[in-house]
Amino acid sequence: MEEILSLFYDNREFIFLIIVSVFLGIEVISNVPAVLHTPLMSGANAIHGVVIIGSIIIMLQADPTNYYALILGLIAVVLGTLNVVGGFVVTNRMLEMFKKKSK
Amino acid sequence: MTELLGLSILELCYIVASITFILGLKMLSSPDKARRGNLIAGYGMGLAIFATIFFKEELTPDKWLNYTLILSGLIVGTVIGTRMALKVKMTAMPQMVSFFNGMGGACAGVISLVEFDHLRHNPNPETGMLIVILLGLIIGSVSFSGSMIAYGKLEGKIKDKALPGGQIINILLLLALFGLAIWMSFTGNLSPTLLYVLLAISLLYGVLFVMPIGGADMPVVISLLNSFTGMAAAFGGFLYGNQAMLTGGILVGSAGTILTVLMCTAMNRSLTNVIIGSFGGGSSSSAKSG
Repeated sequence: MEEILSLFYDNREFIFLIIVSVFLGIEVISNVPAVLHTPLMSGANAIHGVVIIGSIIIMLQADPTNYYALILGLIAVVLGTLNVVGGFVVTNRMLEMFKKKSK
Repeated sequence: MTELLGLSILELCYIVASITFILGLKMLSSPDKARRGNLIAGYGMGLAIFATIFFKEELTPDKWLNYTLILSGLIVGTVIGTRMALKVKMTAMPQMVSFFNGMGGACAGVISLVEFDHLRHNPNPETGMLIVILLGLIIGSVSFSGSMIAYGKLEGKIKDKALPGGQIINILLLLALFGLAIWMSFTGNLSPTLLYVLLAISLLYGVLFVMPIGGADMPVVISLLNSFTGMAAAFGGFLYGNQAMLTGGILVGSAGTILTVLMCTAMNRSLTNVIIGSFGGGSSSSAKSG
Protein backbone atom coordinates (compact mmCIF):
# COMPACT_ATOMS: atom_id res chain seq x y z
CA MET A 1 0.00 0.00 0.00
CA GLU A 2 2.77 2.36 1.00
CA GLU A 3 4.54 1.53 -2.22
CA ILE A 4 1.48 2.45 -4.27
CA LEU A 5 1.06 5.74 -2.40
CA SER A 6 4.69 6.60 -2.94
CA LEU A 7 4.16 5.78 -6.61
CA PHE A 8 1.62 8.59 -6.70
CA TYR A 9 4.02 10.92 -4.93
CA ASP A 10 6.95 10.12 -7.20
CA ASN A 11 4.87 10.62 -10.32
CA ARG A 12 2.73 13.55 -9.27
CA GLU A 13 3.88 15.72 -12.17
CA PHE A 14 2.96 13.00 -14.64
CA ILE A 15 -0.42 12.57 -13.01
CA PHE A 16 -1.13 16.29 -13.40
CA LEU A 17 0.01 16.10 -17.01
CA ILE A 18 -2.31 13.14 -17.59
CA ILE A 19 -5.33 14.94 -16.12
CA VAL A 20 -4.71 18.09 -18.15
CA SER A 21 -4.08 16.07 -21.33
CA VAL A 22 -7.32 14.12 -20.88
CA PHE A 23 -9.35 17.32 -20.78
CA LEU A 24 -7.30 18.86 -23.58
CA GLY A 25 -7.95 15.84 -25.80
CA ILE A 26 -11.68 16.12 -25.18
CA GLU A 27 -11.74 19.89 -25.77
CA VAL A 28 -9.63 19.86 -28.89
CA ILE A 29 -11.87 17.60 -30.95
CA SER A 30 -15.27 18.37 -29.46
CA ASN A 31 -16.44 20.40 -32.50
CA VAL A 32 -15.52 17.93 -35.20
CA PRO A 33 -18.10 17.60 -38.02
CA ALA A 34 -19.30 14.07 -38.80
CA VAL A 35 -17.57 13.99 -42.22
CA LEU A 36 -14.21 14.29 -40.51
CA HIS A 37 -14.76 11.41 -38.06
CA THR A 38 -12.83 8.84 -40.06
CA PRO A 39 -9.86 11.09 -41.00
CA LEU A 40 -9.63 12.27 -37.40
CA MET A 41 -9.63 8.68 -36.19
CA SER A 42 -6.90 7.91 -38.69
CA GLY A 43 -4.86 10.96 -37.67
CA ALA A 44 -5.17 10.07 -34.00
CA ASN A 45 -4.10 6.56 -34.94
CA ALA A 46 -0.91 7.95 -36.47
CA ILE A 47 -0.24 10.10 -33.39
CA HIS A 48 -0.35 7.19 -30.96
CA GLY A 49 2.40 5.71 -33.09
CA VAL A 50 4.56 7.84 -30.79
CA VAL A 51 4.90 4.54 -28.92
CA ILE A 52 7.75 3.90 -31.37
CA ILE A 53 9.94 6.13 -29.16
CA GLY A 54 9.71 3.43 -26.49
CA SER A 55 11.00 0.82 -28.91
CA ILE A 56 13.88 3.09 -29.96
CA ILE A 57 14.78 3.61 -26.30
CA ILE A 58 14.84 -0.19 -25.83
CA MET A 59 17.20 -0.53 -28.77
CA LEU A 60 19.45 2.29 -27.54
CA GLN A 61 19.75 0.89 -24.05
CA ALA A 62 19.99 -2.79 -24.93
CA ASP A 63 23.32 -4.45 -24.41
CA PRO A 64 24.69 -5.42 -27.87
CA THR A 65 24.83 -9.06 -26.67
CA ASN A 66 21.27 -9.14 -25.30
CA TYR A 67 19.64 -10.73 -28.33
CA TYR A 68 16.24 -11.10 -26.69
CA ALA A 69 15.94 -7.32 -26.29
CA LEU A 70 17.55 -6.60 -29.67
CA ILE A 71 15.27 -8.91 -31.66
CA LEU A 72 12.06 -7.91 -29.88
CA GLY A 73 13.17 -4.26 -30.02
CA LEU A 74 13.72 -4.51 -33.77
CA ILE A 75 10.25 -6.03 -34.21
CA ALA A 76 8.80 -3.20 -32.11
CA VAL A 77 10.61 -0.56 -34.22
CA VAL A 78 9.20 -2.05 -37.43
CA LEU A 79 5.67 -2.28 -35.97
CA GLY A 80 5.86 1.26 -34.63
CA THR A 81 7.13 2.65 -37.94
CA LEU A 82 4.29 0.91 -39.77
CA ASN A 83 1.86 2.61 -37.40
CA VAL A 84 3.41 6.07 -37.79
CA VAL A 85 4.16 6.10 -41.51
CA GLY A 86 1.10 4.14 -42.59
CA GLY A 87 -1.10 6.22 -40.32
CA PHE A 88 0.02 9.59 -41.65
CA VAL A 89 0.02 8.52 -45.30
CA VAL A 90 -3.45 6.97 -45.08
CA THR A 91 -4.81 10.08 -43.35
CA ASN A 92 -3.28 12.28 -46.03
CA ARG A 93 -4.89 10.22 -48.77
CA MET A 94 -8.27 10.38 -47.06
CA LEU A 95 -8.06 14.16 -46.73
CA GLU A 96 -6.98 14.48 -50.37
CA MET A 97 -10.19 12.72 -51.35
CA PHE A 98 -12.13 14.96 -49.04
CA LYS A 99 -10.71 18.07 -50.69
CA LYS A 100 -11.68 16.89 -54.18
CA LYS A 101 -15.19 16.07 -53.03
CA SER A 102 -15.76 19.49 -51.50
CA LYS A 103 -14.79 21.28 -54.70
CA MET B 1 28.38 18.60 -20.13
CA THR B 2 27.71 17.67 -23.72
CA GLU B 3 25.39 14.94 -22.49
CA LEU B 4 23.36 17.52 -20.60
CA LEU B 5 23.20 19.66 -23.72
CA GLY B 6 21.98 16.68 -25.73
CA LEU B 7 19.28 15.89 -23.19
CA SER B 8 18.14 19.51 -23.19
CA ILE B 9 17.79 19.45 -26.96
CA LEU B 10 15.90 16.17 -26.65
CA GLU B 11 13.40 17.56 -24.17
CA LEU B 12 12.94 20.67 -26.31
CA CYS B 13 12.17 18.46 -29.31
CA TYR B 14 9.64 16.53 -27.21
CA ILE B 15 7.92 19.76 -26.21
CA VAL B 16 7.73 20.85 -29.85
CA ALA B 17 6.43 17.39 -30.82
CA SER B 18 3.74 17.53 -28.13
CA ILE B 19 2.61 20.93 -29.39
CA THR B 20 2.38 19.61 -32.96
CA PHE B 21 0.26 16.68 -31.74
CA ILE B 22 -2.20 19.02 -30.03
CA LEU B 23 -2.26 21.42 -33.00
CA GLY B 24 -2.56 18.52 -35.41
CA LEU B 25 -5.58 17.08 -33.63
CA LYS B 26 -7.16 20.52 -33.40
CA MET B 27 -6.67 21.20 -37.12
CA LEU B 28 -7.83 17.71 -38.06
CA SER B 29 -11.23 18.58 -36.66
CA SER B 30 -11.84 21.50 -39.04
CA PRO B 31 -12.34 20.74 -42.75
CA ASP B 32 -10.10 23.37 -44.34
CA LYS B 33 -7.13 22.86 -42.03
CA ALA B 34 -7.28 19.09 -41.66
CA ARG B 35 -4.64 18.21 -44.20
CA ARG B 36 -2.14 20.72 -42.87
CA GLY B 37 -2.82 19.46 -39.35
CA ASN B 38 -1.96 15.93 -40.36
CA LEU B 39 1.31 17.09 -41.91
CA ILE B 40 2.25 19.16 -38.87
CA ALA B 41 1.71 16.22 -36.53
CA GLY B 42 3.74 14.09 -38.93
CA TYR B 43 6.70 16.48 -38.84
CA GLY B 44 6.48 16.57 -35.05
CA MET B 45 6.58 12.79 -34.95
CA GLY B 46 9.63 12.69 -37.21
CA LEU B 47 11.35 15.24 -35.01
CA ALA B 48 10.61 13.22 -31.86
CA ILE B 49 11.87 10.00 -33.46
CA PHE B 50 15.16 11.42 -34.74
CA ALA B 51 15.79 13.43 -31.58
CA THR B 52 15.42 10.20 -29.59
CA ILE B 53 17.88 8.37 -31.83
CA PHE B 54 20.55 11.08 -31.69
CA PHE B 55 20.20 12.67 -28.27
CA LYS B 56 18.77 10.05 -25.89
CA GLU B 57 22.04 8.19 -25.35
CA GLU B 58 25.59 9.13 -26.13
CA LEU B 59 26.61 7.74 -29.49
CA THR B 60 29.21 5.07 -28.80
CA PRO B 61 30.95 2.88 -31.40
CA ASP B 62 30.35 -0.37 -29.45
CA LYS B 63 26.63 -0.02 -30.07
CA TRP B 64 26.93 0.03 -33.85
CA LEU B 65 24.70 -3.06 -34.03
CA ASN B 66 21.91 -1.29 -32.15
CA TYR B 67 22.02 1.73 -34.44
CA THR B 68 22.13 -0.41 -37.57
CA LEU B 69 19.10 -2.34 -36.38
CA ILE B 70 17.16 0.83 -35.50
CA LEU B 71 17.82 2.37 -38.90
CA SER B 72 17.02 -0.82 -40.79
CA GLY B 73 13.83 -1.22 -38.75
CA LEU B 74 12.81 2.33 -39.60
CA ILE B 75 13.55 1.84 -43.29
CA VAL B 76 11.72 -1.50 -43.53
CA GLY B 77 8.71 -0.09 -41.67
CA THR B 78 8.63 3.06 -43.80
CA VAL B 79 8.85 1.18 -47.10
CA ILE B 80 6.17 -1.38 -46.19
CA GLY B 81 3.94 1.19 -44.49
CA THR B 82 4.06 3.65 -47.39
CA ARG B 83 3.43 0.96 -49.98
CA MET B 84 0.47 -0.44 -48.07
CA ALA B 85 -1.00 3.00 -47.43
CA LEU B 86 -0.63 4.11 -51.07
CA LYS B 87 -1.91 0.89 -52.60
CA VAL B 88 -5.05 0.49 -50.53
CA LYS B 89 -8.34 1.27 -52.22
CA MET B 90 -10.31 4.24 -50.94
CA THR B 91 -13.15 1.98 -49.87
CA ALA B 92 -10.77 -0.14 -47.80
CA MET B 93 -9.48 2.79 -45.71
CA PRO B 94 -11.16 1.86 -42.40
CA GLN B 95 -9.59 -1.60 -42.30
CA MET B 96 -6.23 -0.08 -43.17
CA VAL B 97 -6.54 2.26 -40.18
CA SER B 98 -7.45 -0.75 -38.07
CA PHE B 99 -4.41 -2.64 -39.33
CA PHE B 100 -2.01 0.21 -38.50
CA ASN B 101 -3.70 0.62 -35.15
CA GLY B 102 -3.05 -3.05 -34.45
CA MET B 103 0.62 -2.52 -35.30
CA GLY B 104 0.83 0.25 -32.69
CA GLY B 105 -0.83 -2.00 -30.11
CA ALA B 106 1.58 -4.82 -30.91
CA CYS B 107 4.49 -2.38 -30.58
CA ALA B 108 3.31 -1.42 -27.08
CA GLY B 109 2.89 -5.11 -26.18
CA VAL B 110 6.40 -6.02 -27.36
CA ILE B 111 7.87 -3.08 -25.41
CA SER B 112 6.20 -4.46 -22.28
CA LEU B 113 7.65 -7.93 -22.94
CA VAL B 114 11.19 -6.54 -23.16
CA GLU B 115 10.77 -4.30 -20.14
CA PHE B 116 9.38 -7.21 -18.09
CA ASP B 117 12.53 -9.16 -18.85
CA HIS B 118 14.53 -6.08 -17.95
CA LEU B 119 12.69 -5.81 -14.63
CA ARG B 120 13.31 -9.49 -13.86
CA HIS B 121 17.05 -8.89 -13.97
CA ASN B 122 16.75 -5.90 -11.71
CA PRO B 123 17.74 -6.72 -8.10
CA ASN B 124 15.14 -4.25 -6.82
CA PRO B 125 12.08 -4.55 -9.04
CA GLU B 126 9.62 -1.73 -8.42
CA THR B 127 5.95 -2.60 -8.07
CA GLY B 128 4.94 0.60 -9.84
CA MET B 129 6.96 -0.31 -12.91
CA LEU B 130 5.49 -3.81 -12.90
CA ILE B 131 1.92 -2.45 -12.84
CA VAL B 132 2.67 -0.09 -15.74
CA ILE B 133 4.31 -2.89 -17.74
CA LEU B 134 1.42 -5.30 -17.18
CA LEU B 135 -1.19 -2.67 -18.10
CA GLY B 136 0.75 -1.79 -21.25
CA LEU B 137 0.91 -5.46 -22.20
CA ILE B 138 -2.79 -6.10 -21.60
CA ILE B 139 -4.11 -3.02 -23.40
CA GLY B 140 -1.60 -3.27 -26.25
CA SER B 141 -2.38 -6.94 -26.89
CA VAL B 142 -6.16 -6.49 -26.71
CA SER B 143 -5.82 -3.62 -29.14
CA PHE B 144 -3.64 -5.69 -31.47
CA SER B 145 -5.81 -8.80 -31.69
CA GLY B 146 -9.04 -6.77 -31.70
CA SER B 147 -7.78 -4.56 -34.54
CA MET B 148 -6.65 -7.57 -36.54
CA ILE B 149 -10.10 -9.14 -36.22
CA ALA B 150 -11.72 -5.83 -37.20
CA TYR B 151 -9.38 -5.69 -40.20
CA GLY B 152 -10.20 -9.26 -41.17
CA LYS B 153 -13.93 -8.70 -40.86
CA LEU B 154 -13.97 -5.54 -42.96
CA GLU B 155 -11.76 -7.25 -45.53
CA GLY B 156 -14.35 -10.05 -45.60
CA LYS B 157 -11.84 -12.66 -44.49
CA ILE B 158 -13.52 -13.32 -41.15
CA LYS B 159 -17.25 -13.84 -40.78
CA ASP B 160 -19.42 -12.71 -37.87
CA LYS B 161 -19.51 -15.39 -35.27
CA ALA B 162 -21.14 -15.05 -31.90
CA LEU B 163 -20.40 -17.74 -29.36
CA PRO B 164 -23.35 -18.72 -27.19
CA GLY B 165 -22.86 -16.96 -23.89
CA GLY B 166 -20.08 -14.91 -25.42
CA GLN B 167 -20.60 -11.97 -23.08
CA ILE B 168 -20.24 -14.21 -20.01
CA ILE B 169 -17.02 -15.70 -21.38
CA ASN B 170 -15.74 -12.18 -22.08
CA ILE B 171 -16.51 -11.03 -18.55
CA LEU B 172 -14.81 -14.11 -17.09
CA LEU B 173 -11.74 -13.51 -19.27
CA LEU B 174 -11.63 -9.88 -18.18
CA LEU B 175 -11.84 -10.91 -14.53
CA ALA B 176 -9.09 -13.50 -15.03
CA LEU B 177 -6.97 -10.88 -16.80
CA PHE B 178 -7.16 -8.26 -14.10
CA GLY B 179 -7.16 -10.83 -11.27
CA LEU B 180 -3.89 -12.26 -12.54
CA ALA B 181 -2.35 -8.82 -13.17
CA ILE B 182 -3.30 -7.58 -9.69
CA TRP B 183 -2.06 -10.79 -8.08
CA MET B 184 1.28 -10.55 -9.92
CA SER B 185 1.64 -6.90 -8.88
CA PHE B 186 0.88 -7.50 -5.22
CA THR B 187 3.00 -10.61 -4.79
CA GLY B 188 5.77 -9.23 -7.02
CA ASN B 189 5.68 -12.46 -9.00
CA LEU B 190 7.97 -12.09 -12.01
CA SER B 191 7.48 -15.50 -13.59
CA PRO B 192 7.68 -15.35 -17.40
CA THR B 193 5.13 -18.19 -17.65
CA LEU B 194 2.52 -16.04 -15.94
CA LEU B 195 3.37 -13.18 -18.26
CA TYR B 196 2.78 -15.38 -21.30
CA VAL B 197 -0.52 -16.58 -19.79
CA LEU B 198 -1.48 -12.93 -19.39
CA LEU B 199 -0.47 -12.24 -22.98
CA ALA B 200 -2.50 -15.21 -24.26
CA ILE B 201 -5.63 -14.20 -22.33
CA SER B 202 -5.30 -10.59 -23.56
CA LEU B 203 -5.02 -11.69 -27.19
CA LEU B 204 -7.99 -14.04 -26.79
CA TYR B 205 -10.04 -11.33 -25.15
CA GLY B 206 -9.35 -8.94 -28.03
CA VAL B 207 -10.54 -11.58 -30.52
CA LEU B 208 -13.71 -12.47 -28.61
CA PHE B 209 -14.48 -8.81 -27.92
CA VAL B 210 -14.60 -7.82 -31.60
CA MET B 211 -15.85 -11.14 -33.04
CA PRO B 212 -19.61 -10.71 -32.49
CA ILE B 213 -19.75 -7.05 -33.52
CA GLY B 214 -21.46 -6.39 -36.83
CA GLY B 215 -19.74 -4.80 -39.83
CA ALA B 216 -21.71 -1.54 -39.70
CA ASP B 217 -20.54 -0.88 -36.15
CA MET B 218 -16.91 -1.62 -36.99
CA PRO B 219 -15.72 2.01 -37.35
CA VAL B 220 -16.91 2.67 -33.80
CA VAL B 221 -14.98 -0.34 -32.54
CA ILE B 222 -11.87 0.69 -34.46
CA SER B 223 -12.10 4.12 -32.88
CA LEU B 224 -12.42 2.50 -29.45
CA LEU B 225 -9.40 0.26 -30.07
CA ASN B 226 -7.58 3.35 -31.33
CA SER B 227 -8.05 5.03 -27.97
CA PHE B 228 -6.91 1.79 -26.28
CA THR B 229 -3.63 1.93 -28.18
CA GLY B 230 -3.32 5.56 -27.14
CA MET B 231 -3.55 4.47 -23.53
CA ALA B 232 -0.99 1.71 -24.12
CA ALA B 233 1.37 4.32 -25.58
CA ALA B 234 0.78 6.49 -22.52
CA PHE B 235 1.76 3.61 -20.23
CA GLY B 236 4.97 3.38 -22.25
CA GLY B 237 5.50 7.08 -21.58
CA PHE B 238 5.01 6.48 -17.89
CA LEU B 239 7.51 3.64 -18.01
CA TYR B 240 10.26 5.72 -19.59
CA GLY B 241 9.35 9.03 -18.00
CA ASN B 242 8.84 10.30 -21.53
CA GLN B 243 6.54 13.30 -21.87
CA ALA B 244 6.10 13.11 -25.64
CA MET B 245 4.81 9.53 -25.42
CA LEU B 246 2.65 10.44 -22.45
CA THR B 247 1.01 13.50 -23.99
CA GLY B 248 0.61 11.85 -27.40
CA GLY B 249 -0.86 8.70 -25.87
CA ILE B 250 -3.22 10.40 -23.43
CA LEU B 251 -4.41 12.89 -26.06
CA VAL B 252 -5.31 10.07 -28.42
CA GLY B 253 -6.77 8.08 -25.53
CA SER B 254 -9.15 10.84 -24.47
CA ALA B 255 -9.84 12.32 -27.92
CA GLY B 256 -10.38 8.79 -29.24
CA THR B 257 -12.87 7.98 -26.50
CA ILE B 258 -14.86 11.14 -27.19
CA LEU B 259 -14.65 10.50 -30.92
CA THR B 260 -16.03 7.00 -30.32
CA VAL B 261 -18.99 8.49 -28.48
CA LEU B 262 -19.49 11.13 -31.22
CA MET B 263 -19.45 8.44 -33.89
CA CYS B 264 -22.06 6.47 -31.96
CA THR B 265 -24.26 9.56 -31.70
CA ALA B 266 -23.86 10.26 -35.42
CA MET B 267 -25.03 6.70 -36.13
CA ASN B 268 -27.83 7.04 -33.60
CA ARG B 269 -26.49 4.19 -31.49
CA SER B 270 -25.34 4.03 -27.90
CA LEU B 271 -21.88 2.72 -27.12
CA THR B 272 -23.18 0.03 -24.78
CA ASN B 273 -25.50 -1.04 -27.54
CA VAL B 274 -22.64 -1.43 -29.97
CA ILE B 275 -20.58 -3.46 -27.54
CA ILE B 276 -23.15 -5.48 -25.60
CA GLY B 277 -26.22 -5.46 -27.80
CA SER B 278 -24.21 -6.65 -30.77
CA PHE B 279 -25.77 -10.12 -31.02
CA GLY B 280 -29.07 -9.19 -32.58
CA GLY B 281 -27.46 -6.72 -34.94
CA GLY B 282 -30.84 -5.22 -35.80
CA SER B 283 -31.78 -4.40 -32.24
CA SER B 284 -30.47 -0.89 -32.62
CA SER B 285 -33.92 0.64 -32.44
CA SER B 286 -33.97 -0.03 -28.72
CA ALA B 287 -30.87 2.13 -28.24
CA LYS B 288 -31.22 4.52 -25.40
CA SER B 289 -31.30 8.10 -26.55
CA GLY B 290 -29.22 9.26 -23.57
